[in-house]
Amino acid sequence: MNYISNFIFAIALAIAVWFFTKNVVQIRKNINLGRDLNRTDRKKDRLRNMLRVAFGQSKMQARPVAGILHFIVYVSFLIINIEVLEIVIDGLFGTHRFFAQFMGNAYGGIISFFEILAVLTIITVVIFWWRRNVKKIDRFHKPEMQGWPFKDANTILYIEVILMTALLNMNAVESNMDGAQHSFLISSLISPLWSSMSESGLHIAERILWWVHILGILSFLNYLPFSKHFHIILAFPNTYFTNLEAKGKFTNNAAVTKEVAMMMDPDADPFAATSAEDQIPVERFGAKDANDLSWVNLLNAYTCTECGRCTSECPANMTGKLLSPRKIMMDTRDRIDEIGKNITANGEFKDDGKSLLGDFISKEELWACTSCNACVQACPIDIDPLNIIMQLRNFATMEESSAPAELNAMMTNVENNGAPWPFSQMDRANWINE
Amino acid sequence: MTNFTVPTLAQMTAEGKIPEVLFWVGCAGSFDDRAKKITKAMAKILNHTGISFAVLGTEEGCTGDPAKRAGNEFLFQMQAMMNIQVLNAYEVKHIVTTCPHCYNTLKNEYPELGGNYTVEHHSQFLNGLMKDGRLKIEGGQFRGKKITFHDPCYLGRANGEYEAPRELLAKLDVELKEMRRCKQNGLCCGAGGAQMFKDAEPGTAEINHVRADEALETGTDIVVSGCPFCNTMLTDGVKNREKEDTVQVLDLAEMIALAEDL
Repeated sequence: MNYISNFIFAIALAIAVWFFTKNVVQIRKNINLGRDLNRTDRKKDRLRNMLRVAFGQSKMQARPVAGILHFIVYVSFLIINIEVLEIVIDGLFGTHRFFAQFMGNAYGGIISFFEILAVLTIITVVIFWWRRNVKKIDRFHKPEMQGWPFKDANTILYIEVILMTALLNMNAVESNMDGAQHSFLISSLISPLWSSMSESGLHIAERILWWVHILGILSFLNYLPFSKHFHIILAFPNTYFTNLEAKGKFTNNAAVTKEVAMMMDPDADPFAATSAEDQIPVERFGAKDANDLSWVNLLNAYTCTECGRCTSECPANMTGKLLSPRKIMMDTRDRIDEIGKNITANGEFKDDGKSLLGDFISKEELWACTSCNACVQACPIDIDPLNIIMQLRNFATMEESSAPAELNAMMTNVENNGAPWPFSQMDRANWINE
Repeated sequence: MTNFTVPTLAQMTAEGKIPEVLFWVGCAGSFDDRAKKITKAMAKILNHTGISFAVLGTEEGCTGDPAKRAGNEFLFQMQAMMNIQVLNAYEVKHIVTTCPHCYNTLKNEYPELGGNYTVEHHSQFLNGLMKDGRLKIEGGQFRGKKITFHDPCYLGRANGEYEAPRELLAKLDVELKEMRRCKQNGLCCGAGGAQMFKDAEPGTAEINHVRADEALETGTDIVVSGCPFCNTMLTDGVKNREKEDTVQVLDLAEMIALAEDL
């Protein structure tokens, strides 16, 4: 009969892992809907960047208050997860505090340290909640944060408080039991809360809290793929596959290079059939829909945790324009998610008459960008909204010819007289003698 | 009349001379009345140092930066290929430019298309000359003046250069007052990404007004930048607050030329 709880636990764990894996596989599929892009070079630099930016949280510290608070929760998360491993072992094998037997006295110290982290996490989460809901920091209340994204952010905070509270109280209850072997720093302080309970009540309470804690963790795990909180996983690959070149270096379109080379070659035969290997298959210039973007853009989109640092640094956004780099990322994620669902439902993509540019991101947003890279600089996990904006502009200009009229005039000038203004090329050196 | 000489690369080549550096003037530097003053200041400094330099003159064309940022990859690459053919024909090795947009494009986007040169922004080039002792700068008329430096996006964030302009300014014995947002957090002037050539989208404020206000908040006497477009935008922003009589907007090259009475 004792095996029933082990059995239930094993089933719960299996369902959680299966469901999580299924959703992660789907996200991976969605990311792979993007265009190819080689980001496997400079492995050492990539690893270094990941260690510094994701593991070391270097860019988070640009804003010290949020940076330090986030660091506390991050460290707690990494470390307290060691205890989750013990809980899983206990759950599967019916042991109790499996690691204690190997650690002797050190065990009490380690769990006490975990408890301190748990308390710090609760305090930090309360501050986060206060910043978001009471202080109403501007970047958490932009239009794109209405509805689900705002609820999502608070849900994460609530879950974290529940998990940490369950952990602390579980230990507190245990310390009240007859012949309790363990007493830890923080839980011993709150143990009087449970001291009036009968011995059997304590046993039941301890089990309930244990189950709340572990089922909470398994549920949280499965909440991740639907939440901005997925960044705790994707921040690592995202910083690994980031752009390592100068931020000002925009990609040159290889298909265009070929065309231009041919145009400028007087010996080129415009009617010559190109060999198969010369052909660079291009369905369209730039990006109209989410799957025209590269897989790195899509990885960026799933990694975004909607902190809004990009938007708060964006010169267009701070002067009241529609453009919000965070919204670019959220729209991209929502659209590729939709495309993924469409493919799952229909076997292949069935035209739904929608596209990223137009139905999600408007031209007005697109043309407000100054390409200043402030958003790219601000992102604590190396997301690049500007790269997406530029691909959408490529499509708007080259496929739709829908650039703003003034820009078309500028481009006509560049084309005709080699300058963005209508001055003759022959007057270019006039300044010397003026 | 001019008190400096500016040879074209065509002239020099005809004389069998090879200049040490090509001065890439850029479209603003060639045609915009305000930016031409920056170009002339740079030409004066180059003359003053005795460095052999040349310009392309009528053989120079837009790098294609505004076209590329406006999404027109075709036009960008056409411009790039034409410029690269000219530059490669003259076997140009070293380019200095007073425009961060030209700088970024020549440095980062041309190599893949066959244009490989050592490209420097004038702040980097002049700072290098100063360190080599080929350019001596003393405070001159700016000694003790309060100045603030606006980082052009395409020099700063885009290429990670924040120190060269500041090291030059330090030589002028000015009192550098940094803006709240500076260096990698610097706020754009509003002109980048081809915005220079169009009206801004509807909003609550103009970016250049906000940035000029940030500069004025420092109590500065002079707003310094290293970009002809930033210069235009910030000049307009200073005028917006009717401070143009008390606060100047100058380029680094102009600061140095004025300090040296060139």
